[in-house]
Amino acid sequence: MKRQILPLLALAFAMALTACGGQTPQAAATTAPVAADTAAPAAPADTAAPATEAPAAPAATAAPAPSTSDAAQPAAGGRLQTIISRGNLICGVNTGLPGFMNVDSAGAYTGFDVDFCKAIAAAIFDDPSKVEYRPLSSQDRFTAVQTGEVDVLIRNSTFTLSRDGSLGLDWAPTTFYDGQGMMVRKDSGINTLEDMDGATVCVQTGTTTELNLADQFKARGLTFTPVVFDSNDPTVAAYDAGQCDGFTTDKSGLVSSLSKLTNPADHKILDVTMSKEPLGPSTLSGDAQFSDAVRWIVYATFQAEEYGITSANIGDFTSSELPEIQRFLGLADNKLGDGIGLPNDFAVRVIKGVGNYAEIYDRNLGPTTPFDLPRGLNSLYTSGGLLYSPPFR
Amino acid sequence: MATEVARARPDRPAFVLWDWLRQNLFNNWYNSVISVVILVVVFQAMSGFVGWALTAPGWSAAITNLKVLTTWTYPTDQVWRPALAVWIVALLLGMSGGVWRGIPQTLAIGFGVIMLILGVLAFALPPAAAPLPVSGPFFLLISGVTTGLGYGLGLRVGEPLRWPLVISWVLVYPVAVLIIRGFGGPLPEVPTNLWGGLMLTMLLSISGIVLSFPLGVLLALGRRSNLPVVKWFCIIYIEFIRGVPLVTVLYMGSLMLPLFLPSQIRIDSVIRAMVAVTLFSAAYLAENVRGGLQSLPKGQAEAARALGLNTLQTTMLITLPQALRAVIPVLVGQFIGLFKDTSLVVIVGLVDLLGAAQNVIGQPQWLGTPGGVWRETFLVIALVYWVFSFTMSRTSKTIEENLSVGHR
Repeated sequence: MKRQILPLLALAFAMALTACGGQTPQAAATTAPVAADTAAPAAPADTAAPATEAPAAPAATAAPAPSTSDAAQPAAGGRLQTIISRGNLICGVNTGLPGFMNVDSAGAYTGFDVDFCKAIAAAIFDDPSKVEYRPLSSQDRFTAVQTGEVDVLIRNSTFTLSRDGSLGLDWAPTTFYDGQGMMVRKDSGINTLEDMDGATVCVQTGTTTELNLADQFKARGLTFTPVVFDSNDPTVAAYDAGQCDGFTTDKSGLVSSLSKLTNPADHKILDVTMSKEPLGPSTLSGDAQFSDAVRWIVYATFQAEEYGITSANIGDFTSSELPEIQRFLGLADNKLGDGIGLPNDFAVRVIKGVGNYAEIYDRNLGPTTPFDLPRGLNSLYTSGGLLYSPPFR
Repeated sequence: MATEVARARPDRPAFVLWDWLRQNLFNNWYNSVISVVILVVVFQAMSGFVGWALTAPGWSAAITNLKVLTTWTYPTDQVWRPALAVWIVALLLGMSGGVWRGIPQTLAIGFGVIMLILGVLAFALPPAAAPLPVSGPFFLLISGVTTGLGYGLGLRVGEPLRWPLVISWVLVYPVAVLIIRGFGGPLPEVPTNLWGGLMLTMLLSISGIVLSFPLGVLLALGRRSNLPVVKWFCIIYIEFIRGVPLVTVLYMGSLMLPLFLPSQIRIDSVIRAMVAVTLFSAAYLAENVRGGLQSLPKGQAEAARALGLNTLQTTMLITLPQALRAVIPVLVGQFIGLFKDTSLVVIVGLVDLLGAAQNVIGQPQWLGTPGGVWRETFLVIALVYWVFSFTMSRTSKTIEENLSVGHR
């Protein structure tokens, strides 16, 4: 009996590998010993070069295939080429941060960071849905970029010198200017950081927040006891349970955490801002073309807001006679996309796919959402903010 | 005093609540005090819990997110495919119950009844956020009914179904994976990065349990082999894997592996997690099985050899069956641990039941709910984990009793 079962189990193992093996995008061509011979018979349809997958997808009405061949010239062997031949963008996102990344009850990814993933996919494929999301914790996010596990990391990560330098990342323009804040109980009598000498503070480990906290307290000559957790929810839960006097993270995070507490009205956020936290997308350095592409896709969302181009009214602009607009939208023989390996109309694709910066912000964090975060620094430079796009020329 | 003695020996040993209370809880003054205090505490805690459970606003989070909790981002219009896989399993379970009776029968009846009850209850729930091709109550009722039909069929046909059923059970996992993943045509391919929730937890656990078992047995036998290469390979493998945490194995598999492979090659992350979980579990299983092998008296193998059995026959017919029977409780304990350990795949970017629940509590629409929805949501998934773990635990106990391991 046992002798008969073992070979059968082996057969089951082989079939399981067959079933999943075809999944490997380039399996049929060269790859993985386990998948190489089993994948081809299992999935003959999908193994034929993923680059040609686009025409097969009925949703992509604007036929993206030609544009990848004539307009865009991705450098051979570069990350952009890899993404195009794979057929989707792999985007590292948070495991769940209200407003920035969540899966809604219908099973769709939504959020501010998610929309920038979609913007990049829209620019490359003209289809914002061609994104594979990879939820990452705060410790393994940079490893995932460094090893090439994800193409781009858009996971409310702070742009710092050491992350640009020694971690070997390239940073796209900041999409969200944040700053670290401190939440305390109203009845604790704490009004400033100076009142917190000897306090215990709940903080998420592996973040700039943790380091800033130590710096700020040291600069003021105060002592504190950190209580660290590896993700956001346990940190909030511990603070809510009274394990700590204070809870610190970026102010946007504090606002969304406020509503996770048992009694939000019992808590307040101190006025002090302990750090600059510019959050933005990052890519692996050493691939200038792809980094440039991501950079200018972000700028395109700023520039579109400045020009007042939205996903709703973009049709009115495509016949524009203004040279500025024509350049931006890649009309009339403007070849701006060539230099960064993107199609010339990438800005149009981004705006059609996800809208301009204001649309992205309002959809996820604006007045119609439960967060209702004021734009503040995240306004265009023309209205007192920091969003400023270099000229598209 | 005399009356009490008389009462202590009634003609008929009837259970009288008052007597039982007096003898066990209030037999002297300090026990009475302790009993009263504990009763008050228990009553407070229970009434608080029940009161909270009945009035908590957060249950709606788990209810409206049933699709996300069970299948994560699996395409909504394809949700019937995991459902079909469950129905196939339900049919097989029912038929096995009818043919074999015993443990499969208990499992089949338990599964069917739970599904029917949940199905009836589910009609009272609000409908899902997005219209599903297979609605929740419908899915549950069909599962229950399919189990019942299978059971009836098994009872009626009986013996001739035995071997087809064994083969079906062997094939059901790969077939289920094929249905869920698809291969084009009527079943469009669903990439594994969309898989998640309870479905992923089940797939990872089942593959881990089923695949690590033969691997672990081979490793255990290899470690006791006389061939030095085989023996040392097994020792090094087992000790290396046992020397690192599962998190490390998963981390290596998911984040470090791309460093060693060319950039075009990308092994599916679900497969990587399956392999990591299997390799990890096999090392522990090997040591458990080796414990069983070593507990056998040497005379067993010697007697087998004296009867003229070769090494393979001795192992397959004499030592291994006895060794495995001796370690059933340990193995099931390990499988229960493996089932729960699968939630560690959150680290490598896969979203299992626990990860899905963590996402659900962060959805913006619950931000207005006082206290958040995490208590209710986590309680729901704790219940799911408990049901599966408890079923495994009870099943192992029944197997033990049938084989009377404990009474030798």
